[in-house]
Amino acid sequence: MKRLVALEGPLAAIAIALGAGAVLIGIAGENPLEIYALMATECFGTPYGIGQVLFKATPLIFTGLGVALAFRGGLFNIGAEGQLVVGGLAAGLAGAALTGQAPFVALPACLAAAAGAGALWGAIPGMLRARFGAHEVINTIMLNFVAFALVAWIGRYAFEPATVRTAEITAGAVLPRLDVWFPALAGSPANFALVLALLAAIVVGIFLDHTRLGYEIRAVGLNAAAAEFAGIGIGATRALTLALSGALAGLGGANFVLGYKHFFEQGFSAGAGFLGIAVALVGRNQPLGVVLAALFFGALSYSGLVIHGRVPKELVDMLQGLVLLIAIAVPAALARRRG
Amino acid sequence: MDVLLFVAATFRISVPYALAAVGASFSERGGVVNIALEGIMLNSALAYVLGAYASGNPAVGLGAALLAGLATAGLHAWITVGLRGEQITSGIGINLLSAGLTRYVLVSVFGSSSNSPRVVGFDPLVSFDTLPGLGSVLTSPLVLVGLVLIPAAQWLMFGSVFGLRLRSVGERPEAVAALGLPVVGYRVTGVLISGLFGGLAGAWLASEQHSFTDGMTNGRGYVAIAAMIVGRWSPFGAALACLVFGAAEALQIALQGSGFPSELIQVLPYVVTMLAVSGFLGRSFPPRALGTPFAPERSGQ
Repeated sequence: MKRLVALEGPLAAIAIALGAGAVLIGIAGENPLEIYALMATECFGTPYGIGQVLFKATPLIFTGLGVALAFRGGLFNIGAEGQLVVGGLAAGLAGAALTGQAPFVALPACLAAAAGAGALWGAIPGMLRARFGAHEVINTIMLNFVAFALVAWIGRYAFEPATVRTAEITAGAVLPRLDVWFPALAGSPANFALVLALLAAIVVGIFLDHTRLGYEIRAVGLNAAAAEFAGIGIGATRALTLALSGALAGLGGANFVLGYKHFFEQGFSAGAGFLGIAVALVGRNQPLGVVLAALFFGALSYSGLVIHGRVPKELVDMLQGLVLLIAIAVPAALARRRG
Repeated sequence: MDVLLFVAATFRISVPYALAAVGASFSERGGVVNIALEGIMLNSALAYVLGAYASGNPAVGLGAALLAGLATAGLHAWITVGLRGEQITSGIGINLLSAGLTRYVLVSVFGSSSNSPRVVGFDPLVSFDTLPGLGSVLTSPLVLVGLVLIPAAQWLMFGSVFGLRLRSVGERPEAVAALGLPVVGYRVTGVLISGLFGGLAGAWLASEQHSFTDGMTNGRGYVAIAAMIVGRWSPFGAALACLVFGAAEALQIALQGSGFPSELIQVLPYVVTMLAVSGFLGRSFPPRALGTPFAPERSGQ
């Protein structure tokens, strides 16, 4: 029952946003119900559509989990975009460098590179917070820009001539497409990174609820002063929280780099890090909620392509922002009413 | 490299940053984090282009930009001050929404997902042949307005009764409420002022470029917030930081294609901001109540 009540806010936000979207579709001269039905059938009515949605949702699960983990520790990670970018870059560079390595070497190495680079990018604001009390919001935003510049700089040496992409990764580092097991998904880019994302959600859930460190992270998030009084080192806990958060976001790079294109390409993240903030919030910072929210936002992303031609696909970009705003406004308004 | 051209480029780049950053100081001094500045500037830039396109008159574009800035800031104020929603997430949400909204309008009105047609911009009042570049930048109406507004903002913040009260609202809202002054009204006004300045900044970007392109603010709103922090939440400090950031960007652009890794200069403003936030450039403290919604019934009023 408690879980059902927790769904009320996000579902209300989605309903209101879709209502606003219906008005816009009407203004564009189309029937909203037809357009929404088209979105739903194309996203969930065919195995190919489902595959596309799963592919779009995969990086969002990773970045959403990262942002949610930080939130649970009382920290605001706006840097998931940068962490995702450096994670993808590290995976691409490692994959290209490990030519000829067997999968059991190349794949873990590439995943470790992605997680490690993301963790480093998260640990920097984490340590600045722990050591100097520097607020992580501004530092994570700044590190997004530093990450974009880093890609351009490394790209000078690492990109293929006249492109913005790295060399192909070695065959051993490739995450297989899901159509290997589910032939119906054939043609869709959904890949094994989705399985890793779902595993990550389970691990984060167990970690937060059933381990000592997870308990400490939540304690610092709920009441840092009380946590410190109870003997928890809040500085170290915060630094570690942001490092773990960054590692999760960095792993999101595996979906595109190891599972789809098999190289790193500038701009591959396409805002999945920023959208991870919306995914975490709408998912109530719970792993299961994050997975569901990622599927919803992933479906929205893909449905833009589906409705294009009848309604500008940019409509779904607006809806994504609207869902987040309403997801903030609705609980705030309800809390105000209750006093 | 020509020094005058470099100074002109620095000014051209700094003006929108400075306007946005100066405005942001009013929002934040009143206690409201305004990351929505990115969306405010983006919507305003598009509104300028729509106004200028429809009328052929840059002044109409400016009016539309100011209205768009006010409306976007009003949304942020409603969520954060009215509903007491979380300020940073509201800003992120507004930025996501604005990115989508501007794309949607761009496609609906101009039939292009990348850019608008060319529109009129503000012409410089005088063109000096002796000062190539610099003269036209310094006598651009929007730059002149900015040069007047920045000291005016400094006075409003630190020399006027309004500024004193606004700053008090950001420090100890309970005390201001105890004096019978409307905390909510001051906070909303602070956010709206940042909307007007952000609108002006967006208008300048669009007027300079004579068009709207998808995502044209390109993170400038975030950088403006950073500059305001480096400038310690004061209009003069914020404007000065923007001048330094602008110079770094001008240098980076000048060095492009020279073989020198211009990215190293590109990251300077970000690194300086991180050092400032971490206290390496002298201790400075944000307004005490920054980020905390004000709930009168919970403060014993």
